[in-house]
Amino acid sequence: MKLVILDYGAGNIQSIIFAVERLGYKAVLTDNVSEILAADKVIFPGVGEASSAMTKLKSSGLDKIIPQLKQPVLGICLGMQLMCNSSEEGNTKGLGIFDIDVRRFSNSVKVPQIGWNQIEGLKTDLFLNTPNNSYIYLVHSFYASLCDETIATSDYDLKYSAALNKDNFYGVQFHPEKSSTIGSVILQNFLERIS
Amino acid sequence: MLTKRIIPCLDIKDGRTVKGVNFVDLRDAGDPVELAAIYAQEGADELVFLDISATEEKRKTLAELVYHVGEKVNIPFTVGGGISSVEDVDILLKNGADKVSINSSAVKRPELINELVAKFGSQCIVVAIDAKRKDNQWKVHLVGGKVPTEIDLFEWAKEVEQRGAGEILFTSMDHDGTKNGFANQALRKLSELVNIPIIASGGAGNMSHFTDTFQNGKADAALAASIFHFKEIGIKELKTELRENGIAVRL
Repeated sequence: MKLVILDYGAGNIQSIIFAVERLGYKAVLTDNVSEILAADKVIFPGVGEASSAMTKLKSSGLDKIIPQLKQPVLGICLGMQLMCNSSEEGNTKGLGIFDIDVRRFSNSVKVPQIGWNQIEGLKTDLFLNTPNNSYIYLVHSFYASLCDETIATSDYDLKYSAALNKDNFYGVQFHPEKSSTIGSVILQNFLERIS
Repeated sequence: MLTKRIIPCLDIKDGRTVKGVNFVDLRDAGDPVELAAIYAQEGADELVFLDISATEEKRKTLAELVYHVGEKVNIPFTVGGGISSVEDVDILLKNGADKVSINSSAVKRPELINELVAKFGSQCIVVAIDAKRKDNQWKVHLVGGKVPTEIDLFEWAKEVEQRGAGEILFTSMDHDGTKNGFANQALRKLSELVNIPIIASGGAGNMSHFTDTFQNGKADAALAASIFHFKEIGIKELKTELRENGIAVRL
């Protein structure tokens, strides 16, 4: 299987590479369009700030490529948020794959949310062998609201989308690569059960 | 519900763990990678590596260690100790660290916080603050608590938040090593003052100290070293007790 991680200068890719390697796969980090198009699976990583990440995506032309991909794509954290319509962070227009806007948590809770929370309402094969209320690791200040494309929910300040799916596009707000055993189950599902 | 985090801290010198570690089942008690993997397995929520070496090769040795920890460990980990530039942080994150913690370098040049946040994002920048009470005021200390300053803990914490730090790791020098419990009054004040997570550090001696710091100190996470290394408290039993006391933990 050819697995590609999109390279657009987003930080902290190494932990995803390690997690994939622990599952016995090799990932190629690239911004090369033909290599991306030829991949069996694509991971769209991201940490940091939305508007500057979007600027980087645009300068590499990936903003045009990603929405056209036909193979399974998994956006992680900011990657997922950038696949939405827009983000309140830096008033950023997103890729518009998921039909939902990204907002900031209110100040009635500590922002960012950092740590382990639970997911429930799990749908699709991404969550095969994943019990309801499994603990996953998150670090984020912004969230996608609940919508038709929600395939997992979590609760902080309010109930929000912990994961989204539309066609071949999947997005998770949490970090499967850092979410212990259950995180690797979810990553493995993406690699082996989603086609 | 977001859970409270339990964070073992490992002191590292020249790529090896220091301070006694009393794990009978460890093949090599000085190997941080093996120790980290065991803590992850036992249910630690995160790990902190604090590098106290002062050699020329420090940067390279630490980067190698971070790489090997990242390969093995599937929970988040923070690296701190002598980090003073954007370049330092870049190397550590590229090798697989999830977060870095800065301390003295931020006090000496507070703009460093802004620079790191702009480049890497708030989520990976932890500011560690060591403080000690003097004449009823909490004063920030530098260089592992050795050098006093006139800076007020709470003013500094507020500034750190405004500059964009994602978390504060607060160590009370008055409590560190005493095993008499965390500095819950100061922690509570901090937690109410700023709107970013606070990690409590210094003073853990028994399981009830953790309950106290979550309930009375309003801490979001608690860090400890020796009580975990010497197996005085097991992470699973600690979390079980916390849950019995009504505190949300990952079990």
